[in-house]
Parts: sequence; structure tokens; C-alpha cells
Amino acid sequence: MKKDARTEASIALIGNPNVGKSTIFNALTGAHQHTGNWPGKTVAVARGHCQGTAYTLVDLPGTYSLLSRSEEETIAVEFVQSGQAACTVVVCDATCLERTLSLALQMMELTDRIVVCVNLLDEAQKQSIAIDLPKLARLLGVPVVGTSAGKTEGLERLRQTMQDVAEGKTIPKPLRILQNQGLHGRTEAESDQIAMALRLRAKQLVESCASGIAQTAPHSKLDAIVLHPIWGKAVMAALLLMVFWLTIEGANVPSRWLQSGFDALGSFLQKACAWLPELWRSVLLDGVYATAARVVAVMLPPMAIFFPLFTILEDFGYLPRAAFLLDRPFCRCGACGKQALTTCMGFGCNAVGVTGCRIIDSPRERLLAIATNAFVPCNGRFPTLILLITVFFAGKTATILAAGMLTLFVMLAVGMSMAATKLLHKTVLKGEMSSFAMELPPYRRPNIGRILWRSVCDRTLFVLGRAVMVAAPAGAMIWLLANVNCQGQSILLWISNFLQPLGQIMGMNGAILAAFLLGIPANELVLPVLCMILSASGTLSQLGNADIGAILLANGWTWQTALCVMTLCLFHAPCATTILTIKKETGSTKWTLISIALPTAVGMILCLLLHTIFAL
Amino acid sequence: MEKWIPLCCLAKGDCATVRQIQISGAMRRRLQDLGLTEGVGIVCCHQALGLAAYWFCGTMVALRKSDAASILVQP
Repeated sequence: MKKDARTEASIALIGNPNVGKSTIFNALTGAHQHTGNWPGKTVAVARGHCQGTAYTLVDLPGTYSLLSRSEEETIAVEFVQSGQAACTVVVCDATCLERTLSLALQMMELTDRIVVCVNLLDEAQKQSIAIDLPKLARLLGVPVVGTSAGKTEGLERLRQTMQDVAEGKTIPKPLRILQNQGLHGRTEAESDQIAMALRLRAKQLVESCASGIAQTAPHSKLDAIVLHPIWGKAVMAALLLMVFWLTIEGANVPSRWLQSGFDALGSFLQKACAWLPELWRSVLLDGVYATAARVVAVMLPPMAIFFPLFTILEDFGYLPRAAFLLDRPFCRCGACGKQALTTCMGFGCNAVGVTGCRIIDSPRERLLAIATNAFVPCNGRFPTLILLITVFFAGKTATILAAGMLTLFVMLAVGMSMAATKLLHKTVLKGEMSSFAMELPPYRRPNIGRILWRSVCDRTLFVLGRAVMVAAPAGAMIWLLANVNCQGQSILLWISNFLQPLGQIMGMNGAILAAFLLGIPANELVLPVLCMILSASGTLSQLGNADIGAILLANGWTWQTALCVMTLCLFHAPCATTILTIKKETGSTKWTLISIALPTAVGMILCLLLHTIFAL
Repeated sequence: MEKWIPLCCLAKGDCATVRQIQISGAMRRRLQDLGLTEGVGIVCCHQALGLAAYWFCGTMVALRKSDAASILVQP
């Protein structure tokens, strides 16, 4: 199928950011391209087979126009002009037709094979906007299809129309208003003229084809609170608290089920594998099975709950509002307000946050955002924090207290990421602030059923996949490290002992540092690995029992130890996936190293300080 | 004819018409892409520290005060 995707003729989807291109793409291809209600989230070109046709559908990054020569726009123009596309579909927003139609006019200057898709008709209907699509098609000279992709309305016609255009059954005669002068003027005045001409025509078209478009700003009571300088911040803190509370509270039950299930399966496997040699049984059960089971039982439930909650906020359109409120502090640190968006994405996954930094136009500000993204805890680190808070601070019943502490920790993390940004801004990445214009999209009702279904499925499969691919081999390796003796003690003990002095001055011990080192392939491994180390050095009877808290307490952990571990959990080297993503995005070894060293150094210094304070 | 003032001087809820955009280069294009051209009606909807949200051409867009200072409008 992948090979096909390259040899097949393709149909390109292009449109302004946030008009629902990815939703159309997913509906036509059956793919699971990430969607969300904020401009610029499709940062890479996605391809998929368009079901029911012989074409590959290409989802180009959202671009406002073809006039400003930005990165995503160059990708789009090059693709369309390379002749790879048998047909280009320009997706317009029915609620904002004038602006989005301007892009269609620009596109029509470049190519004949074009279909205009007016999406979000359902939203327009709610605002009592009526659009005469046949008239628009006549005036533009190209086929126009109306859709409501969120409700999958009109997609069948779109599929048919684009196929007809691609196969030459329909030959569009697009309206051209520029006389071959090209889209880019030689001077600023000329460029202005071109932009004005296109916009004026778009305005005329809208005036003759659409009615009911509001001329005044919509009065949104919700925005009056959410964007309020004081209330807005309170709402943000409350939302964060609520998401964490739901995560902690909701994860308890499935976690217990999974634990008892894995315990039962573990003892069954012990019996079933009795015929295996002692060594093999130990590697497989105590190493591979125990580690993978802990990753699934302890880490999966919070991850599978946090992610859809976060996606609901994203689809609703809250993230750009958070960025609006946080622009000032980020601005003070010399960064772009959009860094607030990428930081938020980091809560889901740091690698995604780093890729998302492409929405930041200035290279300097993008580097700042990439280098400091790992400061915010990702989905894979939340469960560790939650478990330590529950065991050592809040107790199993006070989930609201636990959620409050977690919120404080997250705020600390965001604060540290800002401080690190400022540090970089003052030292290696000096420079002027670039300009900034960010669209605040209208709120959209998230399709909660679909989000839940997809997040739970996708996340569960993803984490289970990682449990098998990463946790299982890591389990085997750690078992070997713990059990292969070299000069009288295990290799793991050698490592732990070597790290012991460093661990001690940081308020921990060598074993914990070793766990963080071994957890670099995937952050959700840290706690299971730690248990593995602790129980391997203790008695083997604890294996299969997933009550991690008991193991930690039995090994002499105090609340001070827990606090230091939580601090290090927030601030340490990003996971291997994120490191590779940083290398790919920056193309620079130096910046990759800085992105690793910075959070690690901060974590170590903070732990050192904490330990010194505790020792007083 | 009323005086032209910088966009950042609009209070929350004020309406005006864009008269002159004293910004050049990429940001000028970006603003044009978003629909901010001379002659367009603009409303200041929300204000926060250092930036504000403006409504024009059917979209809400956040602009920093430093950028809004270079856009002249007629109330």
C-alpha cells in the first residue's frame, strides 16, 4: 500500500489553516491524521489512498495564501506546480468565505484542474449564512462542492467531482484575474496591488453569492471569561486541575483490574513455564513479563484517560486561547506566543510538541521552543508523578489533593521552561522579537464519541505496542544487567554503585539514577525499571505483585526522596524519540545536545538544592 | 474627517476602519492573508496584557500591542 501511494496519481487538498482539511482527508482515506481546532496543526504533508478511487490524497499543510513565501506555502506551491497532482481541491470555510476564497483565486492562477470545496456548511447554517453554490461555480468557472465534513455530508459528491476533474471528464475553466504577471510582485507596492486585486474579487464574489454574513463581531460570553486577563487564568488553572483530577480518579479502577489480571496471569505463567530451565523462566517472567505488565497496568490507564481529555480541549478550540493568555509571559522571555501552544502539545507528547514548533515562523524563536519543550512533563511521565504523589503525599483517597499537587508541579514545569527560554534568549539566542499574529478560531463542539473511541484505541494500541517493542526488551536487558555477575557483583550494582555518590548528593541513590538512565528509550519505563532494580536486589518474591508503592516504602523511601525523584522526573533528558525528533527538526547536533543537557542540568541542580535544604 | 489613531489605542468594544498599515515584509503579507487590508472594518474584542484580540473579515486574530501600534485606524 505504501508503494502504491508513490506510484498512484494524486489529488491535493489545500486550504487555509483550520478549515477542516484533515477531517476531509480522514473521511476520504479512512486514515487517522491528527485533527484539532487550532491553526497550523498539520505541519507535514500527509498521504493516503482515497477510498473508492485510484488516487492518492495528499493533505498539504494549511496556508493562508500563496503570496507570502512562507515554508508551508512553498511546500504547497511546489507540489501543485510539480504536476504530481491530477486535481487540486481548495477547501474553503463557509463561515469565512471571503478570506478562504482568496486562496482559491490564487490557486486558480496556477492550475486548471481545480475543485472548490466549501466546508463547514453546517456551521454557516447555524449562523444563518446562505451560499448559492451553483452561482459561485458559474462565476469561478470550476466545480464547487458544499460539505460538512464533521458530519460526513457532501463527501460522496466531493469524491465524485474530484475524480471527474482528475480524469478529465470535467474540464474547469477557472476565472483568471491577473494578466500573467504572476503572484509575486517585484516591489512591495506591486505585491500589495496583486493582493488587493485578489481580495477585492473575492469580496465581490461573496457579495453576489452569499447572504447573511455578519458584519459585526460575534459577542461571545464564553470568550469574555476565557480571554479575561484575570478570570481567564483562573479558568485555565481550573481546567488543568479538572483534567488531572479526572485522570487520577478515573485511572484507579482500570489500574486495579489490570493489576489483578496481570497477577493472575503471572502466577499462571509461572506454572505453565515450569518446564523451562530456571534461567530462561527468570528472564522471561521476572524480566520481560514483569516490566511489560507494569508499564501496561500502571502507566496505561492514566495515559489513556489524559489523552482524550486533552484532545477534547484541543478540538474545542481552547489551546489558542491559552496561548493568548500566556503570550505576555512568553514574550517577556523573548519567545513567541505560539510557544505556549507547542508547550501545551508537549503535555501530550514531547516529540509531537517539538514537531509542532514548525508553526513558529522565526528560526530563533523556533529553536527556543524546541530546546525547552522537554521541560513540560509528557503523557508518559504523568503516571510516575501521579503514583509518587498518591503514595507519599496525598494518600489514595484524596484525589483532589493529588490533582492540586500535580497542577502545582505542572505550573512549576511551565515556569521552568520559561526560565530556560529566557536563559537561552539572554545567552546563545539573542535577537529581536518577531511579529506575531495568531488566529483565535471559533469554538467548535468536539465530537466526543469519536475522540474517546479513537484516543482510547489509538493510545491503547500505541502504548501496548511500545510495551512490547521497548519495555519487553528493556526488561530482558535489565534482568541480565541485574543477574550477570562480574567480579562478584551484578553489572547493575556496578552501575548503581558508580552513580551512588552523585545520587546521594541529589537526595536519592544510584539505583534511581540508573533507572532514569535506562528509562531513556521511553519515559514510562522509569518506574517499572526502578521496581525491577529494587526487587531484583531484594527478594524475588515481590515480583508479580504490582503494588509499586509498597516496594518503594520497603526500600526506605521518604517523602524527601519522592520529592527529589519527582523533580528529576520533570527535568531530565528527553526520551529517545524526542531526541531523534529534535535532531530531525533542528538538523543540528549542537542544538540536540543543548536540548538534552539543559533539562538534565536543571533537574540535577534542583535536586541538589532540595537535598541541601533537607539536610539543614 | 476624524483623526487616524494607532490600532492599539482602541478600547475594548471600539470599532474602526483600517487606514494605513505601516508594517512591511512578511508580517504585512501575513496580515493581508488574514484579511487585514486598508478599508476593512475592525473591532477590538478582548484585551490582555501586551496583546489584544481583534475581529475583522469574519475572524478573530490576536495581535501584539507593538504590532498594532503600526496600524493606523479611523474610529
